[in-house]
Amino acid sequence: MRWTQRGFRVTLPLLALSAAALLSGCGLGKQSTLSPAGPVASAQLGMFWESLAIMTGIFIVVAAVFLYSIIRFRARPGDNELPKQVHGNTTLEIVWTIIPIILLVFLAIPTVHYSFAFQAPATAMKVDVVGHQYWWEFDYPGSKVTTANIVHIPVNTKINFVLTSADVIHSFWVPELGGKTDLIPGRVNHLLLEASKTGTFYGQCAQLCGPGHAYMKFEVVVQTPAAYQAWVSAMQHPTVSVTTSEQKAGMALFKQDCSTCHTVGGTSFNGKVGPNLTELMTRPTIAAGTLTNTPANLAKWLHNPPGVKPGALMPNLNLSQTQIQSLVAFLETLK
Amino acid sequence: MAAIPERLVAVHSESRTYTGIWSWLATVDHKRIGIMYILAGLFFMAFGGAEALIIRLQLWAPNSHVVSAETFNQLFTMHGVTMIFLVAMPILIGFINAIVPLQIGARDVAFPRMNALSLWLFVLGGLFLYSSFLFGSMPDAGWFNNAPLSELAFSKGLGVDFYDIGLQISGFGTLMTGINFLVTILNMRAPGMRLLRMPLFTWSALITMLLILFAFPPITVNLILQMFDRLFGANFFVVGNGGSALLWQNLFWIFGHPEVYIVILPAFGIISEIIPVFAKKVLFGYESMAMALSVIAFLSFMVWTHHMFADGLGPVVNSLFAITSMLIAVPTGIKIFNWLATLWGGKIHFTSAMLYALSFIPLFVIGGVSGIMLAMAPADLQYNDSYFVVAHFHYVLFGGTLMGALAALYYWFPKMWGRMLNEKLGKWNFWLVFIGFNVTFFPMHISGLLGMPRRISTYAPGNGWTIWNQISTIGAFILLAGMLILLYNLIQTFLHPADAPADPWDGRALEWSLTSPAPEYNFAQTPLVRGRDAYWLEKREGDGKLQPAEPAGPIHMPSPSLAPLGIALTIVLAGYGAVLHSTIIGGLFLLLTFVQIGRALLAEDHGFHVTPHVGGEAQ
Repeated sequence: MRWTQRGFRVTLPLLALSAAALLSGCGLGKQSTLSPAGPVASAQLGMFWESLAIMTGIFIVVAAVFLYSIIRFRARPGDNELPKQVHGNTTLEIVWTIIPIILLVFLAIPTVHYSFAFQAPATAMKVDVVGHQYWWEFDYPGSKVTTANIVHIPVNTKINFVLTSADVIHSFWVPELGGKTDLIPGRVNHLLLEASKTGTFYGQCAQLCGPGHAYMKFEVVVQTPAAYQAWVSAMQHPTVSVTTSEQKAGMALFKQDCSTCHTVGGTSFNGKVGPNLTELMTRPTIAAGTLTNTPANLAKWLHNPPGVKPGALMPNLNLSQTQIQSLVAFLETLK
Repeated sequence: MAAIPERLVAVHSESRTYTGIWSWLATVDHKRIGIMYILAGLFFMAFGGAEALIIRLQLWAPNSHVVSAETFNQLFTMHGVTMIFLVAMPILIGFINAIVPLQIGARDVAFPRMNALSLWLFVLGGLFLYSSFLFGSMPDAGWFNNAPLSELAFSKGLGVDFYDIGLQISGFGTLMTGINFLVTILNMRAPGMRLLRMPLFTWSALITMLLILFAFPPITVNLILQMFDRLFGANFFVVGNGGSALLWQNLFWIFGHPEVYIVILPAFGIISEIIPVFAKKVLFGYESMAMALSVIAFLSFMVWTHHMFADGLGPVVNSLFAITSMLIAVPTGIKIFNWLATLWGGKIHFTSAMLYALSFIPLFVIGGVSGIMLAMAPADLQYNDSYFVVAHFHYVLFGGTLMGALAALYYWFPKMWGRMLNEKLGKWNFWLVFIGFNVTFFPMHISGLLGMPRRISTYAPGNGWTIWNQISTIGAFILLAGMLILLYNLIQTFLHPADAPADPWDGRALEWSLTSPAPEYNFAQTPLVRGRDAYWLEKREGDGKLQPAEPAGPIHMPSPSLAPLGIALTIVLAGYGAVLHSTIIGGLFLLLTFVQIGRALLAEDHGFHVTPHVGGEAQ
């Protein structure tokens, strides 16, 4: 019996302690809800800490009564007398009905407040997001810019992400900027986010969308208004200068094999099935955050897309090494 | 007063008899049906557990390729479907089958043959679901099978067809169980067993069956609509043709949230039975416990969109459902405090059953408080579909439901099998499961807060997730060790002779007044119930014997029958016809099903009688 009590007494605090120790030692990573970079994520983290404090308080009270009871009121050998039988106590029962209700009021108030406060105002800047298996399309309705898997926004600006889906349900989640909202086919959802510092923030699809679900990532680049404007104009006036014979061969091959699906700004290629590749070389990653954007990785992707990203809808085109090299040479000009 | 004969002898003159394995396949005895539910549930648990271990191995390291992404999706889908539909529900329904008729002083359930049909629909429906493996693809759209991902355009294999039809088949069985036990509990209680004298486990069964009755129709509708989409080209969930993606989610969660309570209320009942027995104290606040069960069940039908906070349903919907969800904490809190008050001032005996029952309290509180955090809709947008949610529902379903089920296994084992599980192995079993469980699932709170979405087949390094996943994986193997000790304990116990005493724990409810295991007819004479904790009352204030409510005489028993098994079998074969798009197979076996039902309904069967044996007049 001694062993039993010690087990209870030791296990729970040990777990909590080791959790705290590991958390402080290992860092928060790059898409943590615990390191907010905007007012929405901060408010959500505030609700987390408030509710965690109340819940920890409740757990400590319950655990204390529980541990005291099982230690203090354990049966002693040889004591066969029946304990006093207590059927109930109205006062006590009313007390432990009322106290939780009061605590819930403290949680309900911010819940209702922020449910309404997180609605995007009509004045917010709009970015249209379309979820695809397994990549993200971003359209800027005001400036006729389209990009994929990377979205640039100005700092300290309310952004209304207008969310729809081309196929199944996806979910748009950038933990450091705020909680997620689903992209549902046949429906238009709105998600208000705002970044209060510049930098790159990482997002990922949060709703199961098929085998490529784990590979559907994106980046949010938060820029000063001037840098953001510069990016917009660059996207609006892309230049493609194809000079070498390899690049020309790549462009011809792109026209034949790729242009029915992909758009490239600055050329006549305007396919709409796959991601828009305008200024591709300015993006740090390819294949929705699956690979870093290097010539070797572009070649790896072109060699067999579903081999890199499970379920990718871009088929294996059975390209030869020479074809892949010329295509990469062409893609490298998109900057 | 006439003494109750201890042993009666069956006279099967009017009815066909079956022996050996056939006596199990043809049984309509609620106790045997309960045993088979539990054994089948443990069988499927081995599959669900193996799937979980492969998932944990895959997530041990970043960028790992233990299994492909396609296989990974099938693994977690089947893990969820298995643990909910083929493990948690059947094991709890098994205990309800085995124990509730004994607790209310009944000789069987209201519809014994239908009860057998429920069992076989579950067993064969579960095997049907797993046979999808042989057809090349298991269900892969998650246990809630969101449309349109689960529609033909995006899930081309047969897996989702097996899901739609397999769950309909086992769902029919569950619905019949719901009706059967509602009638049984409301109509077949022994004289004096008023509603407010029923043991809390029976109360929890009653409320659970009400939940089943109202929750299973919406999921059945959902499954049928999708079956029409996939088999016959309908468009209920095909968005491009005017269908609705949210329709699936609404119907699913109108079922899905009550379902959570279908698998937790019986566990509440189990804890309410075990704690008073091993604390030697009457349950504190009996009426408020029964009331809390009812309030939780009522509220469970008005919280479903808290699974859909990220669907963009708007601030009004989210606020309302957030508040109703939070309200569930109040009756749940009442239950926790009543259990604590029962322990307070008691004399606690730490049996294996009691250890499991006690562990339920802190584990369920952790799952409950994280549930309240999830109910805060705007904050939930960060937790939704992350590992924080995975941690939450495992604390509720494993820390709650499974710990409760294991408590029940150690507690009622002698009553069901006539043998006591080994207590020393039981404690090793408990501590390994308790530690393994916490090591597996507590870190998931943290990986979720660090932004790890659920259901990703792999992850890149650099997010701080690796260490927490590795701790989880280590915990999963500690859990495995604990469950293997349970398996060893079960095997070792079954090899022992059946020599358990009638009342090993100094029990309180009526089942402990019977031999272990209980005889086929349960009560030689229907008992007269004189108060709550009816058997305890007779032991403390009477002569330790139940008062009979009827004179001794021949007992009418239902005949065994192979018809339920046959009907379930042809329904499942018709299911294969549907999955394989074969009108001939489907039509033929549906026809055979109706023929068998007709035969069973029209056949004249008066059952048989067991009569007191001359030499059985003991005492």
